[in-house]
Amino acid sequence: MIEARGLSKRFQDKKRGEIHAVENVSFNCKPGQIYGLLGANGAGKTTTLRMLATILEPSDGTAVICGHDVIEEPEKVRACVGFLSTATALYPRLTAQELVEYFGRLNGLDEATLKNRVDEIFSRLEMNGFRDRRCDKLSTGMKQKTSIARTLVHDPPVMIFDEPTTGLDVMTARTIISFISDCRDRGKAVIFSTHIMSEVERLCDHVGIIHDGKLLEEGTVAELRAKYSERNLEEIIVKVVGPLLSKAED
Amino acid sequence: MNLRNVSIVYHKELTEWLRDRRTLISTVLVPLLAFPILMVGMTSLMAVMMGKAEKETAKVMVIGGEDSPQLLEKLRKDSDLEIVPAADDYKKQITEKEIRAAVEVPNGFDAALNRGEPQTVNVYYYEGEIKSSFGVNHVEKFFNDYRDSVISGRLASRNLPGSILRPFVVKKENVAPPEKVSGAALGGLLGYMVILLSMTGAIYPAIDLTAGEKERGTMETILSSPLSRVDLVLGKFFLVLSASLSTAILSIISMGTSFYLVGNSGAMAKKDAAVFQLHIGLATVLSVFLMALPLAVLFASALLTIALFAKSYKEAQSYLTPMTFIVVIPAVASLLPGFELNPKLALVPILSTSLVCKEIVAGTFHWNYILLILLSSSVYAAAALFIAVKMFQRESVLFRS
Repeated sequence: MIEARGLSKRFQDKKRGEIHAVENVSFNCKPGQIYGLLGANGAGKTTTLRMLATILEPSDGTAVICGHDVIEEPEKVRACVGFLSTATALYPRLTAQELVEYFGRLNGLDEATLKNRVDEIFSRLEMNGFRDRRCDKLSTGMKQKTSIARTLVHDPPVMIFDEPTTGLDVMTARTIISFISDCRDRGKAVIFSTHIMSEVERLCDHVGIIHDGKLLEEGTVAELRAKYSERNLEEIIVKVVGPLLSKAED
Repeated sequence: MNLRNVSIVYHKELTEWLRDRRTLISTVLVPLLAFPILMVGMTSLMAVMMGKAEKETAKVMVIGGEDSPQLLEKLRKDSDLEIVPAADDYKKQITEKEIRAAVEVPNGFDAALNRGEPQTVNVYYYEGEIKSSFGVNHVEKFFNDYRDSVISGRLASRNLPGSILRPFVVKKENVAPPEKVSGAALGGLLGYMVILLSMTGAIYPAIDLTAGEKERGTMETILSSPLSRVDLVLGKFFLVLSASLSTAILSIISMGTSFYLVGNSGAMAKKDAAVFQLHIGLATVLSVFLMALPLAVLFASALLTIALFAKSYKEAQSYLTPMTFIVVIPAVASLLPGFELNPKLALVPILSTSLVCKEIVAGTFHWNYILLILLSSSVYAAAALFIAVKMFQRESVLFRS
């Protein structure tokens, strides 16, 4: 369902020259699976996820999502992906319903299907109380629910979440976590990046540890625990990344 | 390009735009209310002030003339003049606006007049000061009338007819139809206003739809949808174009109303008011808008491109504000006398449109120039739109940080 093949991304920076944000990252994620991308700030998680969502174009390598190449058919890829991050804000002057309908229409839904989808999602996420309220008047929790409804309106088989709980209160974060879990239960392929290890342990089937743009380690949580003889995920990350940090300091 | 998607984006942008209070103020309220209020208010105020200044009795000092009681008597009897006693500091009194003018009567004026000897009366005044000018006008009128009455008396005493001094009369008559008269006077202004307003009307939405979207964090949201970047930029472009044209249309309606109100308010002299009574037909106004349309496309595309480059609303404002001068300078240049259309100028954007609009309003249609200008400005507009589309495809611009 999601297949990253040697994804690389380079940026030009006036002061620092060429920056290798992501280098040769490859992994797979199947339907009904949650793949957790773990790493520190600036490790390359967001760039990788943006390439998968076709917001950025890879400098080298590619990815195939739902059978479509991210470089060759970016619009078809986006049609089968729901992308949610802390950077995906809402249009302040649209109501929650108008916003969800807007994205439904952009995803090619006809008016009858759109109405049914919107009614179903608004009931499921308990959003009917604020469907006609403008987004700039919504609470953080309501905004997150509206963002979820936006990603779900076209019922995409692939979901990409970039640190979706960063900066959220406990209750709103719980809504997101249960939503991600629900996506897996519905057979969607989910990619998820986070800093919060409890979320990884609770949700992820597979994890990849990324550092300095490179995917250093990959496997199930159980496999990694066995390989590093360590139960705590945070300690595992330190063991994977630590030697590189010491080298860099030397 | 998917027209359905372009239309979806356009309708969404329109909904948001109409719900923005700042839009309502800058696009609807300011052009609809500001112009009539300023125009009617200022002209009425000016007319009132001028009328008052003109009707006021002018305080005039008479220097000398003690040996000419005949002249002094006539001056004192003139109801428009208030004669004040002579003083040495008359120049100071004029510049400090205590008196409006001073008249210096030469010695032995009455006696010299009776002998028929030529003589000079000096009038001192404050150049550029409106009340002083009115005072001088009153003094001049007094002396002209007095001179005429002296001449008439001299001719009558010699049994000569008055026509001896006026062997023939020169009479001016306007043959240009009213639309050409007002067209020549205000023709340049209509084109200038349409061009300038279609530029200023596009600035705010162009910023809001690009840098504003980056700042609010919605750019990544829309880029993650299946919408193609071409459809996205076209939807935004059509909204900016609509804003630009509606600002221009509303402003022209309000300008027309203002001219009508000023021309018919009775606040101005009939001759002056006639200039404000625009005899510009709907067809002419539509022709001006047709000529300005490629320019509006050029502005909308260029402003979108520049504003997209900015990281924030403030940065975009600092980029776009100087753009107003780039538009104002050629538009103003076209209003200068002597600037006429020629094949080279027809290729200069903004200036050419401004010049041709001036001619269209005055009722002159140079079809070869009209076609050349439409063609050249359409090429510039298409190039600007192409660059805007390309800019929306550049990651370094969309995610500039």
